[in-house]
Amino acid sequence: MQRVRGIFPGRRKFGLAVMAISLGMSGLLAGGAARAASAGASQPVHGGTLNWIVTPEPASFIPLTTTAGTNAELGPKVVEGLLTYDNDLNPLPLLATEWKISEDGLRYTFTLRKGVKWHDGKDFTSADVAFSILTLKQVHPRGRAIFSNVTEVQTPDAHTAIVVLSKPAPYLLTALAGAESPIVPKHLYEGTDIVANKYNSSPVGTGPFVFKEWVKGSHIVLERNPNYWNQPRPYLDKIIVRFIPDAVARSAALESGSADLAGQAIPLSDVKRFSDMPHLRVDTINWPYISVHQQLFFNLDTPALQDKKVRQAIAQAIDVNALNKVVWYGYGTPSAAAIGKASTKYHNADIPFFKTDIKQAVQLLDEAGLKPNADGTRLTLRLLYNPFQERRAADFVRQSLSRIGIDAVIENYDFATYVKKAYTDRAFDITLEALANIFDPTVGVQRVFWSKNFKVGLPFSNAAHYVNPEVDRLLEAAAIEVDENKRRQQFLDFQEIVHEDIPSIEFGANPQITVVAKKVKDYAPTGEGLRGSFADLYIAE
Amino acid sequence: MSSTSYRLGAALRKTLWQAVPTVVGIVILNFLLLQMLPGDAVDVIAAESGSATQETMAQLRAHFGLDVSMPQQLWNYLSNLLHFDLGNSPRHNMPVTTLIGTRIGNTLLLMITALGLAFVLGVLLGLIMAVRVGRWPDRILSVLSLLLYSTPSFWLGLMAIVLFSVKLGWFPTGGNITIGAGLSGWAYLLDVVRHLTLPALAMAGFYVAIFSRLTRSAMLEVSRQDYVRTAWAKGVGPVAVNLRHILRNALIPVTTVAGLHFGTLLGGAVVIEVVFSWPGLGRLALESVLSRDYSVLMGILFLSSLLVVFVNMLTDVLHAWLDPRIQPR
Repeated sequence: MQRVRGIFPGRRKFGLAVMAISLGMSGLLAGGAARAASAGASQPVHGGTLNWIVTPEPASFIPLTTTAGTNAELGPKVVEGLLTYDNDLNPLPLLATEWKISEDGLRYTFTLRKGVKWHDGKDFTSADVAFSILTLKQVHPRGRAIFSNVTEVQTPDAHTAIVVLSKPAPYLLTALAGAESPIVPKHLYEGTDIVANKYNSSPVGTGPFVFKEWVKGSHIVLERNPNYWNQPRPYLDKIIVRFIPDAVARSAALESGSADLAGQAIPLSDVKRFSDMPHLRVDTINWPYISVHQQLFFNLDTPALQDKKVRQAIAQAIDVNALNKVVWYGYGTPSAAAIGKASTKYHNADIPFFKTDIKQAVQLLDEAGLKPNADGTRLTLRLLYNPFQERRAADFVRQSLSRIGIDAVIENYDFATYVKKAYTDRAFDITLEALANIFDPTVGVQRVFWSKNFKVGLPFSNAAHYVNPEVDRLLEAAAIEVDENKRRQQFLDFQEIVHEDIPSIEFGANPQITVVAKKVKDYAPTGEGLRGSFADLYIAE
Repeated sequence: MSSTSYRLGAALRKTLWQAVPTVVGIVILNFLLLQMLPGDAVDVIAAESGSATQETMAQLRAHFGLDVSMPQQLWNYLSNLLHFDLGNSPRHNMPVTTLIGTRIGNTLLLMITALGLAFVLGVLLGLIMAVRVGRWPDRILSVLSLLLYSTPSFWLGLMAIVLFSVKLGWFPTGGNITIGAGLSGWAYLLDVVRHLTLPALAMAGFYVAIFSRLTRSAMLEVSRQDYVRTAWAKGVGPVAVNLRHILRNALIPVTTVAGLHFGTLLGGAVVIEVVFSWPGLGRLALESVLSRDYSVLMGILFLSSLLVVFVNMLTDVLHAWLDPRIQPR
């Protein structure tokens, strides 16, 4: 039996002074203590409002029927998951205090936290967990795959939930964060149309903050949950989530101090300026739970690109480290492997970048029979890019390819058109994509390279139309491998083969820019980053 | 007096009768144009989620009624419209009427303030320019209005934010009220005014230029008319001549243009609302385009066309009142 015993997720010891403050001493004393504390190691204090900019405004609040990024950021503040994770994605207790996995990997036994209540006062029990997991299996876009092997969830008592699988699912334990698998109240969801349930937008959860109001197109207000199980958390009185669509307006709000925290809010060209501001801090952490990743996919249905020499020539013309310097202002984390560096367990660090060599690239094109025409052009390609990427990355690629006589014509679309062009019409030759690794390669990486996931019309499937039986075998084996060492080796081998075949050129993690007021502390103590619960967040003023 | 009200009534009936086919045509045209956009709401929802399956997509399409044929969708939409039902938003999972209802007040407040501001300022500046024609107030104001005319409103807005919000801290950077302040009474009103000032001014800028130039030229034109000369000869004071005889008649082209620009103003609201994070219809429209939320977009377009038709009606009636010679045709 693997046995993991949970410890309290908190990070700090509490001094007597802070205990006194948390018990509600006068504001004057609180201020004095905070100032004293900020001189040395900072101690959490109660009170204050966090003005948080979230972009763009999501359609619903909790990530139950969608996995859109902003739902995943908002949801965990109100609705929690069973577990949370450290920066190596090792699980830590949240709603579950202990978990056991049977040796064959088919039974997950969770011991649930006692004394937890939903925001409407009802008790949280194992029935809620069973209902949530089976619901996620039906309605959550990713949950359908993650929980597909779940045959039943047993609830022998109110504080034990046993998830029973037909096949092992080694990624399951990493999929239980509030941002990915929210545990929702059975009594408010049972027997309703889950997709249309109003609690998706006005949630009732067990989390540190209680949902107050959502004025569409303007803001959301969350208030402190006074009965939170993890006292003295949360420290904040209130969270105001603001939706500011314009980048300059977001910059202005941060600069003027009317907003305290924002992820991906400012243009990269502003990072330097913001780093120099006395009241702000800029963090560039790529949190492993999301693990953003960018790459360039070849459309292997394009005849010219079926020749590996052409793909290699293109790979040798693009200097990824230069791209990081020029396009990403040096804030990115380049990775030559298909699994990025944030995935400390599975990233293959031995894979080198393609050596930038124009001469050799040109020679490869010659060998492939692509002769230059009168104006020196050997090949014309349609270059698409996911609008969530910097347009400048496409410019960079175009520029790089022009050096070897390839004319990459950039086609510029809004998000919906891009998705249709790339995945339904397949009207591209090369495309710059931003497909995150997510918390596990089986979940985030397999979808892109697995031949059985070449599905016309399905966004973010196997865009390259890459088929390699050995890669399929490794991915399918890793998806059910219980032995962690074997699984790791399978992923390392997989990355080698993909690098050899070049269905894609991997760029690695684009910059993750979080701007935060210096007074805001501990906003992201877990591997989920901004998708954590903010229970530990406090304002030192 | 009764002849005035008869003329006003006739003008109203006439335009109302013309409005009905216009609005129906707009609705059908909107529908067809939007059908030509690539991608639908489900594509976007699926794409945003990043890992949808084909089953979920089919399930969602059926749920939103997107799996039936295009003429059937149009028929459904029109028959819903007859029952004053604008449909449901697939994205927000709520009735379009509710969604628009929460926004329209904000947009109208912003537009009417901006248009009112532009009208008052524009006419005032035009009056000064016309009275002082060729002299330094005219010259300076002419250059100023040319500058305003050629400055895009979003740039004006951004610069206003940088100067008045970030550097000086006089006004908030965006939004329509201080969230979570729970104000009421005068404090609330003052708060709204503080939030309204910059976007309304930025939006008004361009129209101030138009109205002032127009007022100036119209007044100069009218001042050469015989009846103005008669008035001067009779010994009527300069204030009365300028205001009652010249300005009143000069207002006809100005109000015509103001009415025409109402539609443009609605379009301009998109930009200003995005820049100032103003929770209005313009922003909702933009977001709906990006997320292919057609029912919301059609609701907004329908409502906007009603608004524009209504304002044009108002302009006609206003003309009938301003100039007794104008007869309804």
